[in-house]
Amino acid sequence: MTTHAPSTTTKTMRPPAGAGPIAWMRQNLFATPVDALLTFAGLYIVYRLLGGFIDWALVSATWTGDDGKACSRDGAGACWPFIWHKFGLFMSGRFPDAERWRIYLTYGLALAGLVPLMIPGVPGKLWLFIYMLGVFPLLAFVLLSGGMFGLSHVPTELWGGLLVTLVVACVGIAASFPLGILLALGRRSELPIVRWVSIGFIEIVRGVPLVTMLFFASVMLPLFLPENVTFDKLLRALIGVALFSAAYLAEVIRGGLQAIPRGQLEAADALGLSYWQKMGLIVLPQALKLVIPGIVNSFIALFKDTSLVLIIGLFDLLGIVQQSVQADAKWFSPSTSTTGYFFAGFIFWIFCFGMSRYSSFIERRLGIGDRKS
Amino acid sequence: MPRGQPPLSLPALIYEPKVRGIIFQVLLLAALVVAAWSLASNVAVNLQRQNIASGFGFLDRTAGFEISQQLIDFKPTDNYGRAFVVGLLNTLLVAGLGIVFATILGFTVGVARLSSNWIVSRLALAFVEVVRNMPPLLTLFLVYFAAIKTLPGPRQSIELPLSSFLNVRGLYMPKPQWLDGSSTIVVAFIAGIIASMLLARWARQRQVATGQQVPIFWPSLGLVLGLPLLAFMIAGQPVAFEYPALKGFNFSGGMVVQPEFIALLFGLTVYTAAFIAEIVRAGISGVPKGQKEAAAALGLSAGQSMRLVVLPQAMRIVIPPLTNQFLNLTKNSSLAVAIGYPDLVSVFAGTVLNNTNQAIECILITMGVYLVLSIVTSIGMNMFNARMALVER
Repeated sequence: MTTHAPSTTTKTMRPPAGAGPIAWMRQNLFATPVDALLTFAGLYIVYRLLGGFIDWALVSATWTGDDGKACSRDGAGACWPFIWHKFGLFMSGRFPDAERWRIYLTYGLALAGLVPLMIPGVPGKLWLFIYMLGVFPLLAFVLLSGGMFGLSHVPTELWGGLLVTLVVACVGIAASFPLGILLALGRRSELPIVRWVSIGFIEIVRGVPLVTMLFFASVMLPLFLPENVTFDKLLRALIGVALFSAAYLAEVIRGGLQAIPRGQLEAADALGLSYWQKMGLIVLPQALKLVIPGIVNSFIALFKDTSLVLIIGLFDLLGIVQQSVQADAKWFSPSTSTTGYFFAGFIFWIFCFGMSRYSSFIERRLGIGDRKS
Repeated sequence: MPRGQPPLSLPALIYEPKVRGIIFQVLLLAALVVAAWSLASNVAVNLQRQNIASGFGFLDRTAGFEISQQLIDFKPTDNYGRAFVVGLLNTLLVAGLGIVFATILGFTVGVARLSSNWIVSRLALAFVEVVRNMPPLLTLFLVYFAAIKTLPGPRQSIELPLSSFLNVRGLYMPKPQWLDGSSTIVVAFIAGIIASMLLARWARQRQVATGQQVPIFWPSLGLVLGLPLLAFMIAGQPVAFEYPALKGFNFSGGMVVQPEFIALLFGLTVYTAAFIAEIVRAGISGVPKGQKEAAAALGLSAGQSMRLVVLPQAMRIVIPPLTNQFLNLTKNSSLAVAIGYPDLVSVFAGTVLNNTNQAIECILITMGVYLVLSIVTSIGMNMFNARMALVER
């Protein structure tokens, strides 16, 4: 028999100490000597990090100036005027100033559909869904690209910054949605050829890095097309991103499909529903609701991954910040690059953290809903 | 089909699920073949029009470029095939080391997340939430452009212990030189490992038989480190170190770790560690509380209960998602291309592709390598998982 030498002293649980901050500190910060040591080490780290950050971002930061010289003093912290001057560029690239309202209108239209869609309990979810997937993309395309209804055409070479990040991530997830559903259904299909084709696609795409998918889309795709067809660089990146995201989304949706009890399928069969009726009316509505957190998580991953498009020469938020801090001699200073990356990181962080909070909120709600039934 | 009906008519056949399934699959297959054929013919036309050769013959041609970091010798006169191997080895090096460091850091942060010490757990939480919600490429840029590229030049190098120097050109370290008789050290090291494994086995058997515990950690450490040291002394100290020294504007001698490598390794480690920490936390919280209480009731100390009761059970929950993180790290190592570390993508899908224009072959080979790496990693981790899995009797 396996035994372990019992420790010599018998430890007894301390009865719960009284309330109040002193008792809380004794329990949570100074329970044992080692604990106290860890607390002091932790406090020191917090002091160094927070102190260093406050000094860099506020105390010794530069607040005004028109070029990098203002930020080049010894021991200068963040170079904020760099951000003020480049703010428009970081948000929408070289999109003409006079046409910027089109971007803001697009954001407004997106929020008008997205906010009620995200709040549980708001009626008319189906119509909102149709608006977001059917009507909004058309409106957004007309508004951003222009060239009709009296709007001037803005070629995608002028798009950049956060605009490109959002366009790539949103189009990527929206375009990969139908394909992801088909692949997930295909992977669970009883037809062997359909199943193997789906498995093959999903596993190959999931096995390779997004960078190679983007290279594939930017160098190999043009070779696949007939002679006179050419694709915009942004569109090629979008194809690569959508194919990549479809494979990941398919696995998320498959998780939801597997959670649907067999009885639901059998009941649908007993009602005489066809395959597509069964899936469209019975299985998918339940499965997709279950995997909302998973879909949001894929979206977060995709949102972060859009930064890779800079490798094939598109200027998303990170790409344009990178270009500004590395190639703009006017703003050259020792702290420019740190400030630029901090700004980009902050924007990415706000989006991703917000979405991950939303995802865990939905997860908790779903969990509670399950326990009730 | 009920019996006694007339032979199947055509409409009835169409409504037979099996037949419909076959028809549907044949159509799908036909569509795929047509698509593949039209793509292939487009490719053929395009290649001919642009005068691009096809086939894998280019692998034997002379490369004509240099690679900044190489584990095996590479000269511009070597061929593209060798450039491929150099890139692959660089990818494997950074991915392998990244996995080791990310696992160590991730487990540490994950356990710290659950610490009863409020400050420690909050710090771990802050680390995870900050790192996880930023693109890995941004972390990489921060480390490379904002930290490493602003280090002082060679003349103002930062001195580190053990005669190492850190500057903008990389990390310079003493390079061991293996003289005659140094092979005994390697032999002694291997012997030390085998001896400590035997010791552990004997200790386990003894514990099963008699219930007595034999300390194995310190004796094993002594064997693994002590035997090579003994061999080093007996063989007459056959290892010399070549120290880096400042000559003119740069260091010469010693061994240099490229700044791109440091940045990539650091970025990958930190990013993946944040995810591993969350996995470890979920795994440990997933072990029923009763297990910990039972361990305490048996009189095990907190450390023993963690090591012998909680962690082995947590590993069952942890391993599958951990495998995914290892695969992600390997795939993310392709971000190297953005800071110019010569990994597989950067060398092969970048430089070689641009030199030869053979996009299809280069991309397919690169993708194939990652697929193989993915499959090998998951097979390895599945085997480890099978060993750790619950043995039900």
